[in-house]
Order: sequence, then structure tokens, then C-alpha cells
Amino acid sequence: MKLVIAIIKPFKLDEVRDALTAVGVSGLTVTEVKGYGRQKGHTEIYRGAEYAVKFIPKIKVEVVVPADQAQSVVRIIQDTTRTGQIGDGKIFVLPVDQALRIRTGETDAAAL
Amino acid sequence: MSLCLPRCVKGAAILAIGLLAAPPALAGTPTPNPGDTAWMLTSSALVLMMSIPGLALFYGGLVRSKNMASILTQTFTIVALVGVLWTLYGYSLAFGDGGSLNAVIGGLGKAFLKGVGADAVAPTFTPGHVIPELAYFVFQMTFAMITPALIIGAFAERMKFSAVFIFILLWVTVVYFPIAHWVWAVADPNAIVDAATELAAATTDAAKQAAQAKIDAATSSVGWLAGGLAPWMKGVGALDFAGGTVVHINAGIAGLVGALMVGKRIGYGKEALPPHSLTLSMVGASLLWVGWFGFNAGSNLEANGTTALAFVNTMVATAAASLSWLLTEWATKGKPSLLGLISGAVAGLVAVTPASGFAGPIGSLALGFIVSPICLFFVSKVKNALGYDDALDVFGVHCIGGITGALGTGLLVNPALGGVGITDYTAIDKAYAGTYDLVAQMIAQGTAVGATLLWSGIGSAILYKVVDLVIGLRPAPDQEREGLDIADHGERAYNY
Repeated sequence: MKLVIAIIKPFKLDEVRDALTAVGVSGLTVTEVKGYGRQKGHTEIYRGAEYAVKFIPKIKVEVVVPADQAQSVVRIIQDTTRTGQIGDGKIFVLPVDQALRIRTGETDAAAL
Repeated sequence: MSLCLPRCVKGAAILAIGLLAAPPALAGTPTPNPGDTAWMLTSSALVLMMSIPGLALFYGGLVRSKNMASILTQTFTIVALVGVLWTLYGYSLAFGDGGSLNAVIGGLGKAFLKGVGADAVAPTFTPGHVIPELAYFVFQMTFAMITPALIIGAFAERMKFSAVFIFILLWVTVVYFPIAHWVWAVADPNAIVDAATELAAATTDAAKQAAQAKIDAATSSVGWLAGGLAPWMKGVGALDFAGGTVVHINAGIAGLVGALMVGKRIGYGKEALPPHSLTLSMVGASLLWVGWFGFNAGSNLEANGTTALAFVNTMVATAAASLSWLLTEWATKGKPSLLGLISGAVAGLVAVTPASGFAGPIGSLALGFIVSPICLFFVSKVKNALGYDDALDVFGVHCIGGITGALGTGLLVNPALGGVGITDYTAIDKAYAGTYDLVAQMIAQGTAVGATLLWSGIGSAILYKVVDLVIGLRPAPDQEREGLDIADHGERAYNY
């Protein structure tokens, strides 16, 4: 099994969810995060105080899939979230040792 | 509350009719009329609303969310605290008869509202008109409440609640009540008009002298700024219709001194400390504007044309100042901001406060346009250059705006500039029209500004020091980091 972590632009979340559901991915976890890469932030001014906001809001999508599905999931996420502008995000793939469905006790592939 | 008062006339009896040896000798005893009474009570409610929730939300939205409850609690507590102190002794010290000391402070004759029952009356600016003294008492109370509440913005986010509580209790007693007395303990117009009428009717020298003595007595036992009693003022009183000096310059300088003495917030200049809710600040600023009609127009003490003038001035100066700040920021910083817009509104309200019953509408419009760039300059360039942490710009908006308005009042009261001119209650055959003297008036205005800056600045410094020595002003650094909501109140403003 593989854990696919994708940092994407927030407005792309619904498209990603729809695309992954269409290929049988049955669940994913979403977190609101902040980060920076090559995309720079912006400046905010409050009366006399100027702040450089360096972190940009992003969405982190985490989904665990069978190892043989990992590459196609990566491709699907990339295709749906790519805009061509700086700040599209990154995808990482990590190995997963174990998975368990809490309600039934099913493990590994049956838990996904 | 205003009260310019006859500059030509020397001194003035105090406003509290209840303590005058002889009641006004106008035909019959005037009784309050329903319109004036209703307006004064309404104004009092409006000014309370300015403090809570107006100022509370305006300030609250500007701090970080971890300090929101602390701002709300400090503001509300100050309202409650001053409400009690004003009733017990504040009203008496500010507006009571101080006897031989009446030039600088009232006495304790009205402590616990002694003698101030439902039938007691207070004069207005129209001879023969009165309002219930209780209405005057509660109206003035709301001013005493909001003035100290303004100060907390300067040292927001890093002063302990206990220190704020003790400091404010001492501050209103030692700084606010005296200054209110200096500026607003004015002559009873009825006493002056009666004596002037007597003078006009007098045929013998003895009778004339007696009448003149009454005029002198009526006009000399007043607050020294109101009556122009300092030698260099020559009887020309300072004009402050609703409290540019008493409220705004006063709170502004006390705030600056506090900000300097308590020191900067941890992370100031390095970390981002942006407002957590401009939405709430806008709501607060809007409530301030609406409530301010009570503050300024209510300061006419009755409901007539001057009341409408003060109302209109409060509207147009604020509109102009809002626009002015917006446009200035747009031009100089590239983007017009919501914070700038509402700050402009507050600056305009502050500046028009002393002028509201004296200037004409176009003069007020001009005042509004002028004050915003000045205040913007102070809250950005000056503050950053000098490096002090006046967190919510109490000095830059209230003190500087108040000074601009106080000095502007001296110019704009001139009938040539659309102002209402000076009132002289001895001029009974000229509809109380007095003479405007630019130099003398500006000396009076400058004196009021200077006296307020000195008494409040120095007095506040001493009080901060005393409180610091006894209980300490600042929370521990980790408490400041965690936020005063938890540290002082064991609560969060937000739980999500």
C-alpha cells in the first residue's frame, strides 16, 4: 500500500475528490495547511504596519491506495490540479506498513 | 457637552443650580420640557452604546483573537466601574460647587447625588430653559465612562487586567474629574442674564455696581478654562462643545504615556500582529458614528436648531474624513483599505467633537478633510519613526485628532467662516451676540490643549508608575504569549 500526499490549491479540492471517486478510491483525508514553495506571498498593510505574508493557504489531501494503483492516482491528481501557474503544489508517495478498518477489523487491502 | 461661555463675561456660576444660593430669578421656576428631556436621555443611551459595544468591538477587532475577551472585558468593566464612581463622587467633583477652589475642582456637596432628586433642574444654554439635573448627571456619566475606555487601546495586549482596573479607578479620580471641571463647569446663563437685566434697569451708581458685582460673581466661579481665568486668557474661555480636550486629547496622551511606560508588545516589529476581525471593527466604528450623535448633539443640552447643527456637523465631518483617509491612502499606499476608511471616520468624529456646536457645516466638512491626512501621518510615519507601540493608535487618532479639532474650533467658530460666533449672556439686547477675537480665542484653545496634555500626561505617568510599583503593569512573557483572555480571564473569546 502507498500513502499519496498531495499539496494542492484549495479551489481544486472538489475536482480531485470527484476524479478519485470515479476510479474507485473510497476515502481520503483533507487538511487545511499553509506553506510556500516558489509561490511568494503578499503584503498586507494595517494603518502604519506592513506585514509580508509568506505562507499561502493550501489543501493537503492524503489517500492510501493499493501499491499498484499509486501511479494512476498520482497521475489523476496531477491532471486535475495542474493550472500551469506557480503554486500548483506537490505530490509525495510513501510506503504504508499496515492498514486496519476499525469497525470490522479488516486489514491491509481489505481495509482500503 | 459643551459650554463655551461668555468670554467677555468674567467667570460664571456653576452649572449646578441646586447649589446656587439664589435660584434663577426668571419668571416662575422653569420646568423641563418633554422634548429636551427625551432628547437628553436618548443621547445618554446613544453615548453608552458608543462604549459598549461600539468601542469594545472597534478595539476588539483590531487585536489578535487571543486577546479579544480581554478588550471586551476591560471596556465593559470600565463602564461599570465609572458608573459607580461617578454616582458616588465623580459628578460632584466635576460639576459640584468647589467653593474657593471652584476654578480647579468641584466639591463633595453632591456626593451620593445628595440634593439631586427628580425635581432638580440644570440650566441649558438658553436662558429660561432647564433639563432635569438627573438627565444631565447621567449624560455626563456616559462621557466619564468612555474617556478612560479609550485609553486601553494604547497598551492593549500587554497590560494586566488588575493593573488596568486600579489605574483607571485612580485616573478618572485624579485626571478626568478635574479636567471635566476646568472645561465644563460653566456659568449659569440665567444668573448672568438676570444680573445684566438688572444692570440695564439700574438708575443709580450703587444699583449698577451691585448688578455688576452679580455678573462678576456669576462669571468668576467657574472652571478656569471655561472662564478664561488664567491671566493670559483675559476672560476668554476655551471652546469645547462636546469634549475634544476633556475626552480625546486627555485619553490620547494618557494612552501614549501608558504605551511608552508599559513597553512594546512581544514580537512588535518582527512578528505579524494584524487585526483578527476587521468585520467587528467596522461594526464598532459604525456604532460609534451613530452613537456620536448623542455625544455631540446631546451636548447642546436641549433639542433646538443648534442641536440639529451639531448633528449635521457630526455627519458631514465624518463623511469627509472617511473619504479623505480613503483617498489619501489610495494615493499614497496604492490601495484604499477598510481599516483606513473606518479610522478616517473615527478621526473625523474626534475632530468635530469640540467644534460640533460652533462651526458651520462647510467648516466641519473642511475639518474632516484636513484631519485624516494629519492622523494618517501620525499613525504611520511618526509612529514608525519613533518606534512606540501605541497598539490601536489612541494617540495618533484621539490626541492628534483632538488637538486638530480643538485648534480648528477656535478658527471655525468665526461667523466669517460660517460659525455660530461667540455667546455673551450680558448682551441682552443683542441676542447674546459676543465678539469674536481670533488671537484671544486661539490663545484660549491653545491653553486648553496644553493644560490637558500636561495634567493628563504627567498625572498618568505618575499613576502608571504607582500601579507598576504596587502590582506591576505587565503580565509574564509566557502569559502575554498565551493571550490575556486565558491569562487574565480564564476564558477564550472564541471556542472553535
